[in-house]
Amino acid sequence: MVNKIWLGLIIIGFAFAAIKGDINLVTQAAFEGAATGVTVCFGLISVLVFWMGMMRMAEDAGLVKAISILLGPVVRYLFPDVPKNHPAMGYILSNMSANLLGLGNAATPMGIRAMQELQELNPDKETASAAMCTLLALNTASITLIPTTLIAIRLNFGSANAAEIVGSTLLATAIATTAAVAADRWYRNRTFRRTPTPPAPAATITLKR
Amino acid sequence: MLGWINIISAWAVPAMIAFIPLYAFMKKVPVYESFVEGAKDGFSTAIGIIPHLVGMMVAISVFRASGALEFFVGWMGPWLEKLQVPAEILPLGILRPLTGTGSLAFTTDLIKTYGPDSMIGRIASTIQGSTDTTLYVLTVYFGAVGIRNGRYALKVGLFSDFVGFVAAIGVCLLIFS
Repeated sequence: MVNKIWLGLIIIGFAFAAIKGDINLVTQAAFEGAATGVTVCFGLISVLVFWMGMMRMAEDAGLVKAISILLGPVVRYLFPDVPKNHPAMGYILSNMSANLLGLGNAATPMGIRAMQELQELNPDKETASAAMCTLLALNTASITLIPTTLIAIRLNFGSANAAEIVGSTLLATAIATTAAVAADRWYRNRTFRRTPTPPAPAATITLKR
Repeated sequence: MLGWINIISAWAVPAMIAFIPLYAFMKKVPVYESFVEGAKDGFSTAIGIIPHLVGMMVAISVFRASGALEFFVGWMGPWLEKLQVPAEILPLGILRPLTGTGSLAFTTDLIKTYGPDSMIGRIASTIQGSTDTTLYVLTVYFGAVGIRNGRYALKVGLFSDFVGFVAAIGVCLLIFS
């Protein structure tokens, strides 16, 4: 589906520029887009380097594991196939709490760490596992308690009550997240029932211990 | 309530920055070395995302600059007005899953034009605040670990964007009018 959307965007854009008679737009926009992509990634470098360093410390100190034990039940419901006390759990939780607090630039590195841990559990390294899809679903809907950026923008333009959107945002984001989790479950059942994952006896034994 | 939430969000990151190294130190972790070791991974991860993000940004940029986005928005506007949804909001619904900076710029523009306390301003703020940029999240998260086949993740993301868009409009019309 990504392939089709990607191609679609480019071809439709090309067609529109051609009809408009301004084909130069395509080249210009393509390189502008490429530059934006690189700029965004460069912005990510500092954030990722810093947070990944912090998280390595947290992991070495046993903090990540402690979080996953403490707040496990909710995440265990959402991620049934991730072993209990696996470091992925801790990162998933950190990612969710950062999203809740509207700390976008802390949430991304934690989400990426969670993805890396999930990749270790993933039998097929090029295809997303069920748990990865659930993590993505949670992050695209990204349940938010305080939309900090927007409150700031509204204040900037002289809003009488800049924070009045907190309630509406919370409600809308809760509905979107519920929809994401439900859709994820539906697809997960459809996709993974037909192709059952091969049993992993080693994992069951470690779990019983 | 709101005051507390603001205090928590202001303190969360600084508290973590102080607490994590302190806790690790007490657990006898060589804090600085551990930090550097982990930070190394951050660099390669960020670099690894570049091709994915450049690819996506090129496509979105071409689509937007060519006027295709505007066209689809103009075409759908009249349909929405029949449903009492302000047509000015629609571009945001299409932009939101595609580009975070693009939709933020658009939201800012709507707030500036119609005022933050207008219905359009409120709906735009709610939409912008309630979901994340699906295509960006997908590109960055999958790109970071080299997943090529995202299975149904994109469908789920776009579906929840759509639900969030409709919910934001509905909730705002309900609460603010």
